[in-house]
Amino acid sequence: MIETDILVIGAGPCGLFTVFEAGLLKLRCHLIDALPQAGGQLTEIYPKKPIYDIPGFPEVLAGDLIDNLMKQAEPFKPGFTLGERAESIEKTEDDKYFIVTGSRGTKHKAPVIAIAGGLGCFEPRKPPIANIGDFEDKGIEYIVRDPSMYKGKRVVISGGGDSALDWSIYLANNGAESVALVHRSKSFRGHPDSVQKVFDMAAAGKINLITDAEITGVNGDSILHSVKVSHQDNGDSNVECDHWLPLFGLSPKLGPLAEWGLNIDKNSIEVNTFDYSTNVPGVYAVGDINTYPGKLKLILCGFHETTLMVQSAFKRIYPDKNYVLKYTTVNGVNGF
Amino acid sequence: MDNLIKVTVVDRQGVEHELEAPTDMNMNMMELCKSYELPVEGTCGGMAMCATCHMYILSDHPLHDRSDDEEAMLDQAFFVKNNSRLGCQIHLSNELDGLKVQLAEVAG
Repeated sequence: MIETDILVIGAGPCGLFTVFEAGLLKLRCHLIDALPQAGGQLTEIYPKKPIYDIPGFPEVLAGDLIDNLMKQAEPFKPGFTLGERAESIEKTEDDKYFIVTGSRGTKHKAPVIAIAGGLGCFEPRKPPIANIGDFEDKGIEYIVRDPSMYKGKRVVISGGGDSALDWSIYLANNGAESVALVHRSKSFRGHPDSVQKVFDMAAAGKINLITDAEITGVNGDSILHSVKVSHQDNGDSNVECDHWLPLFGLSPKLGPLAEWGLNIDKNSIEVNTFDYSTNVPGVYAVGDINTYPGKLKLILCGFHETTLMVQSAFKRIYPDKNYVLKYTTVNGVNGF
Repeated sequence: MDNLIKVTVVDRQGVEHELEAPTDMNMNMMELCKSYELPVEGTCGGMAMCATCHMYILSDHPLHDRSDDEEAMLDQAFFVKNNSRLGCQIHLSNELDGLKVQLAEVAG
């Protein structure tokens, strides 16, 4: 069991800055994030894009902002549970602590929860096929977890980006019985070297390249047996296979947080702007995931929100401790 | 009025919405739909990185070609047709007066 003062759900910019502001109040933070690295959408979606509205930074790359926030948080020794989605929340019997369990079973105990979940957690984009859910983990996988399971198997891969290209090359070279790559157009957006390699392997008969087509149906019984390929020009065909890997990238979903008993409005968590508390005492929400009248989804607003939030969290954890705001310029940053 | 055009958006239920769109506010179709509270998420904020503003162009206005970023994103989207565009990449200008678009279906 991981124990901390504030369990931060989401390791994006707002979650990382929470570590710093909480640290100034001698509160420790642990962060949990569904992605395998810190930074949220800044690292996952647009690390090389410039941001122009961080006060004091005329221009900063999203990835650099995250690096700086990590450095700023470092003195306060944050803990991380990465690659694990916050799944469920419960109270301890004495009602003093929350227990949050991650998707891999890691348990976290804290008196205060700060949800800095951004847009939600990133999940694979699923093709709109009605019965696709019947074959998830029974032949259909959205993420390659264990490449060895495809040895000797007939694999169909969909998508036009790097992961579709890279896995087609890897699985064709590492013992899959056959690999078919299905893509909507003739051109691929991945790394030019990978694109060329796929074309070369297709010419050599190692990859069955099916372009101008997409998969529109899946068939099987208890496991997947085939996929229906719809060709833009000449009708449908059936491709027998053991596995189908639809690799269409990730998109954010509110996910399990929607079931935590919080007041939700249009995929956002309603908060009181006095201290960014939710309707559940002890649970706060800051940054892009919250909503209130006049809300702006800006990083700089999230920084402000979480700064006020930790003050309230401090009073909640130490109701009898007197505290007055101190300035870092006067006192410096005294880490743990 | 100057710098104000009319745009028609057909929502996913087939209902037509005639919107007044300013062309001097550096806005795009995604933002316009959001400002009228039509069901367009615009998750990525307009960077052509999420496809939640996927729409079909129904009128024959001269639009600039898709950028590489937009093509790449549409490659990852579903329900894509020849007239698919990302709303965030269509910048409102006076030439687009009378533009008609339809919101694309949303997958799961």
